[in-house]
Amino acid sequence: MTTRWTRKDLLGLRELSADEINFILDTADAFKQVGTREIKKVPSLRGKTLVNFFVEPSTRTRTSFELAALRLSADVINISATASSLTKGETLKDTARNLEALHADILVLRHGSAGAPQFLANRLKASVINAGDGAHEHPTQALLDLYTIREKRRQIAGLHVAIVGDILFSRVARSNIFGLLKLGARVTLVGPSTLVPREFEKLGVEISHKIDEVLPKADVVNLLRIQHERQRREYFPGIGEYIRFFGLTKERAKLLKADCLIMHPGPINRGVEIDSEVADGLHSVILNQVTNGLAVRMAVLYLCGGIST
Amino acid sequence: MKQTKRKTSGAAVPIMDAEAIRGALRRVAHEIIERNPQLTYVVLAGIPSRGVEIAERIARFIHEIEKINVETGVIDVAMHRDDVGTRSELPIVRESKLPLPLEERTIIVVDDVLYTGRTVRAAMDAINSFGRPARIQLAVLIDRGHRELPIRPDYVGKNLPTAGGEKVQVRLEQTDGEPDEVRLEKS
Amino acid sequence: MNTTIIRNGRVIDPANKRDEIADLYIVKGRIAEKSDVRDPNSEVEEIDAKGLIVAPGLIDMHVHLREPGFSHKETIESGARAAAAGGFTTIVCMPNTSPVPDNSSTIAWIKDRAARVASVTVLPAGAISKNLAGEELAPIGSLATAGVVAITDDGHCIQNHEIMRRAVEYARMVGVPVLDHCQDYSLVGNGVVHEGYWSTLLGLPGWPAAGEEAIVMRNILLAELCDHPIHCQHLTTAGSVRLLREARARGVKISGEVCPHHIALTDEAIQNFETNYKMNPPLRSQTDVDALLDGIADGTLSILCSDHAPHAEFEKEVEFDVAPFGIIGLETELGLFIDLLVHKHAKIDIVRLIEMCTIEPARLLKLDAGTLSPDARADVTLIDPALKWTVSVDQFQSASRNSPFNGWKLKGRAVRTIVGGKTVWKL
Repeated sequence: MTTRWTRKDLLGLRELSADEINFILDTADAFKQVGTREIKKVPSLRGKTLVNFFVEPSTRTRTSFELAALRLSADVINISATASSLTKGETLKDTARNLEALHADILVLRHGSAGAPQFLANRLKASVINAGDGAHEHPTQALLDLYTIREKRRQIAGLHVAIVGDILFSRVARSNIFGLLKLGARVTLVGPSTLVPREFEKLGVEISHKIDEVLPKADVVNLLRIQHERQRREYFPGIGEYIRFFGLTKERAKLLKADCLIMHPGPINRGVEIDSEVADGLHSVILNQVTNGLAVRMAVLYLCGGIST
Repeated sequence: MKQTKRKTSGAAVPIMDAEAIRGALRRVAHEIIERNPQLTYVVLAGIPSRGVEIAERIARFIHEIEKINVETGVIDVAMHRDDVGTRSELPIVRESKLPLPLEERTIIVVDDVLYTGRTVRAAMDAINSFGRPARIQLAVLIDRGHRELPIRPDYVGKNLPTAGGEKVQVRLEQTDGEPDEVRLEKS
Repeated sequence: MNTTIIRNGRVIDPANKRDEIADLYIVKGRIAEKSDVRDPNSEVEEIDAKGLIVAPGLIDMHVHLREPGFSHKETIESGARAAAAGGFTTIVCMPNTSPVPDNSSTIAWIKDRAARVASVTVLPAGAISKNLAGEELAPIGSLATAGVVAITDDGHCIQNHEIMRRAVEYARMVGVPVLDHCQDYSLVGNGVVHEGYWSTLLGLPGWPAAGEEAIVMRNILLAELCDHPIHCQHLTTAGSVRLLREARARGVKISGEVCPHHIALTDEAIQNFETNYKMNPPLRSQTDVDALLDGIADGTLSILCSDHAPHAEFEKEVEFDVAPFGIIGLETELGLFIDLLVHKHAKIDIVRLIEMCTIEPARLLKLDAGTLSPDARADVTLIDPALKWTVSVDQFQSASRNSPFNGWKLKGRAVRTIVGGKTVWKL
């Protein structure tokens, strides 16, 4: 199946069709192979300038995008919020316009405001890649999650995927929900009722607050990082209570199906959402996710950045 | 020559039918055997899509003749094109497969039509990122002339002089789901 | 003798229960009888109102004029022009200016400025609490003396019920109407859009309906306790309508108003993060819209207004959660209300619509306006209820352009606005 890729931006998975998602994953297959070559470089984005504009800080995602860009022979500039003029009161729009005046071709943006990448994509000629906007979407994370599942289980349709943790504030959860549902998976959200809003049921997912009931039925368990710093105390009483009710302890891991995959977007809170042993155990594909992230991001940069404007 | 259903709009002139293609590839197989005494070091690396089927067919002929299994591979050139960003449609990239290590091997790049030579240049670029083979040769079903780079084929199924605006169309059973044919669409 | 005769229009004057084809006479800026036109040789302005409605000048009791302090968004002068272009002859301006009109000098400044530059009547609302901080009462008595027509902390909401209670009791003593922007800060948090399907989908902090209803409930209790009317501003939820309906049936002195955007749009509109759909209170779900329409139809919601909230382009062209709340509305208000309430949803007739923009606010605020009674000041709005037009924001009189309705095709529009007998705007 051939699909013409026509989008200059990747803002989220909500607006992509199943065909488009599969096309990205197929393209990622080709780029994954590049990582096994002696010279891990192809000239596809040679001469293009990519700017990693991380208003919200992140080392892992930024490094992944940087490496992906370098392997495609693009030139890379990294800008973080504190270093940029945003702190001097310049608006996001003006900062981005300045970057475009420097001939940036691709802008990878991580920002605390939902909709910020869309805001820029509508106003800039450059390709805008969403590396995470507030609690809205983190499309490349979900794509690499889908890729990892597909790599291990051949197809996604019909699988039962459990996403566990703070769904309400999670862009990883949202992008995963959109992608998984589009590709025909069954999705169950698990977490405290304060963090797993019932409104999601309208999308076609199930909700459970009893992890022990869900684990034996799941083909994939995707654990989200629990941040007690970001959440206000009103949402749940504390880490201890969370672990007791929702932590993937080694006891709970015994409930898993033999071929169940354990995933986590990282960084892991060992001992909180997942026990150390389980994170390193046989079910875990957490490291595969990181490798696949590179291939997926190369695919995304190639597709969005390669279109002539 | 058998009449086959044509899907083309312009007047298309049949150049080779299934029998002719078969004959040409068999001859190419013989030439490869002649020039490469150590067939176990040869890799027939096809450029997707049709180059892959042609490489496999040549390998089968070599097996028929010499009873030796020659390795085949795939070289995706889309990632190595030098015109990314200038085309309205982005070329689809595919996974490359080459047996490693490449040192001491003879890679025979296989494609259906040799034209400007840019595809082959990209293929050589791709091969270089895998390693450094002992030598690279080129086998094509059709050489239609009009080179823009200093590239020449080692094995040619048929030389076909063409004009710039004309199109050479190749159809292969497995890749296209149609009977084997080469035809020339006049402008 | 300055005389104007408006001929052959459909005169709708709810205060006098008039709805008939008739001529309307204006002499020296006042509504007059035919017999008052004595001098046949004097210059008479004749206006042909065939096919038009001749209504008392419309009143919008919820407008942000931004002066003093934020004149880059709007001024009293430009806001008045926008009102005139929308068919409104009297507007009440909200107190979230800088300085806040929590003192008689600022009120005097506003009145003075309006008298000098405004083409329509501008009536100031004073603050309930000092600096709108919700902690100490503003000098409500002095504000009344200075000429405020109501008090409100609009933009803000007093959270401490005890303080609100004392404010209402005090206002009762002075005879000043109390208006309230109903928002419970703790329930709302940093919500920017209606808490529901769309906020969940997009990962935006939600503004739950309960955040409005909790304060509506508070106001119902206080209106009963203090025996003084409280008017709930810009209501948006089905729950608010239900609470109001139940309380009014028992005779509680509580009322509510609706803005056009809350019935023209739902929260689905925010999905592209466009800031012209961001306002406070936010756009709600279809269920809420339906309840508002029913509330207007059965009289539970008695007043229509715009909550005209201008912002400069550079202020609105930012990330969604950082953008200021609000949209302009004076110049699209009447068109939207006629189009949606009378034509599209057929919830009320044009007479009731005019009531909701004339005698209802006039009664609540005890204004000498909203009628065509003999000797009333000649504030008249001519309306063509069948006129089809396309909203073009670039042609607005307002200094700002933050409207989501650009390009909308509406049916119904004011075609002439007359203040004190003088035409201040015509199409």
